[in-house]
Amino acid sequence: MSDLLSKQQAAVAKAGDTSAPERDHHHHPHGNVHLAHHFETPEQQFNSAKIGMWVFLATELLMFGGLFCAYAVYRHNHPEVFEFGHTFLNKNLGAINTIFLISSSLTMAWGVRAAQLGARRTLVACLTLTLIGGAAFMVIKTIEYSHKYHENVWFGSGNKFSKIYKPGVVVGPGGGHGSSERPHVLTETEREHAAEVHEQATTTQPTAVIGDPWVDPNAGTGDEAKIKPTQIVPVGLAPRRATPGRHDIKFEDLPQLEKERVATFFNIYFLMTGLHGVHVLVGMALIYWILVRATSPHLHGVIIGIAPLAVAAYLFWLGSLTHGHLTIPGWRTFENGMWWLSSVVALIGVALIVRGVVRARTARRGRGEFGPRYYTPVDLVGLYWHLVDLIWIFLFPLLYLIH
Amino acid sequence: MTESQADIVDENAGDDHANDEQIEDHQEHIHVVPGWLLLTVFAVLLFLTFVTVAVTWIDFGRTGNVWIALTIASIKAALVALYFMHLRWDSPFNSVILIAAMFFVALLIGIIVLDTSEYNINFSAPPPTSARPTQ
Repeated sequence: MSDLLSKQQAAVAKAGDTSAPERDHHHHPHGNVHLAHHFETPEQQFNSAKIGMWVFLATELLMFGGLFCAYAVYRHNHPEVFEFGHTFLNKNLGAINTIFLISSSLTMAWGVRAAQLGARRTLVACLTLTLIGGAAFMVIKTIEYSHKYHENVWFGSGNKFSKIYKPGVVVGPGGGHGSSERPHVLTETEREHAAEVHEQATTTQPTAVIGDPWVDPNAGTGDEAKIKPTQIVPVGLAPRRATPGRHDIKFEDLPQLEKERVATFFNIYFLMTGLHGVHVLVGMALIYWILVRATSPHLHGVIIGIAPLAVAAYLFWLGSLTHGHLTIPGWRTFENGMWWLSSVVALIGVALIVRGVVRARTARRGRGEFGPRYYTPVDLVGLYWHLVDLIWIFLFPLLYLIH
Repeated sequence: MTESQADIVDENAGDDHANDEQIEDHQEHIHVVPGWLLLTVFAVLLFLTFVTVAVTWIDFGRTGNVWIALTIASIKAALVALYFMHLRWDSPFNSVILIAAMFFVALLIGIIVLDTSEYNINFSAPPPTSARPTQ
């Protein structure tokens, strides 16, 4: 009999009808509808779920670890490239974004606390605030990315420092954020000449550089380095000066061979922040899912309809950022395309909201799913969101605060 | 007592409010992080964010600033992991998973950076040119 009852509860729970059985059957030995049959206690189930989440977070760390490794190797070998490249990043926007993410981490932690205490309204408020924090982060990130795009320091061939650069943006009159011309890097002849100088300098090192303390302070002594520094032609590098200048490294100051590597800084920047941004988006989607489940069933339809409206607003704004200068090949301008896309998405949102309002009248009212007895999804999504924050805590100083 | 007031209820008094019907005897293992602790951690994180920006105004040399920034970031990450991510009160096994992952990332980066230092010259050499400049 009790088994039958549990099965009925499980079936009801699957149909989305969860708060009623919580109230009705909590004196049942297996009263918790969320307790799967292969677990002894809700505590054991919760701890297992949490360990699973931590293992997943570990794999996330390892994935980002590969990118941090690429960053470390490249910065280790080409510090000047990073000192020059990071001057294109806006420290203030980065700091504001850090504050947004830390704040949304606080509201997420507070949301978990509210779920544990059964404070459902506080939970909904916290999740909403967390979502707003994530959205604010993405808006600032979009502004930053669009600046990069307009300044032609995009990734790949959109980067004016790259050898494969193709000017993609035609900056209109008055809208000039920066030159779209590729800076003078190296002509083919100069490039080969530089290679020759480099080769000579590295192969005929002992006679060529004896007495040059910058290349090797112990040159000619028994402590002379076996492996020579690579940049034999130092042109105004910071360590050479008596008082190192800050924030003033110019493209012309870079050693010849480093000039060609500036584009790689931007590729690393876009890859790392881009992957992080995808994680923010995934985190926002998960929080949204939790938010819907944390509300009364009769409100679900309306709340689900709000998401397409927000997405439509974002897409519309994204299109307007290009000021019609970007064209989708063989079709129309990006702005126009985004206008159509956002219109369609907004219509879907409106339709969902209307449907939600109509159904809300007849739908059952109840509580959100989460309370002291069951808050596992809130906790696990919270862990994911904190990891996103944690990665940004490292990305911000490493990319924005170089020197 | 309304639901929104539940915030000011600390974990011991949590049974008092409207939803206490939800709390059952097997739920007593729940550890609720005190609100003041979350707010304190948040304040410290904001302060450290300011410090990590402010420290760039001072020049500690090319590597000095990196290590200072990394140290501050590690402290912030530890605070987030211990308090926001609840590791301080969790089973130590969860911490072991996190520390193991970080250890392997450190191992990966450390050994590869060591290795790339050894081959610095080759790493920085330009690609071979097919034709010599005619000068």
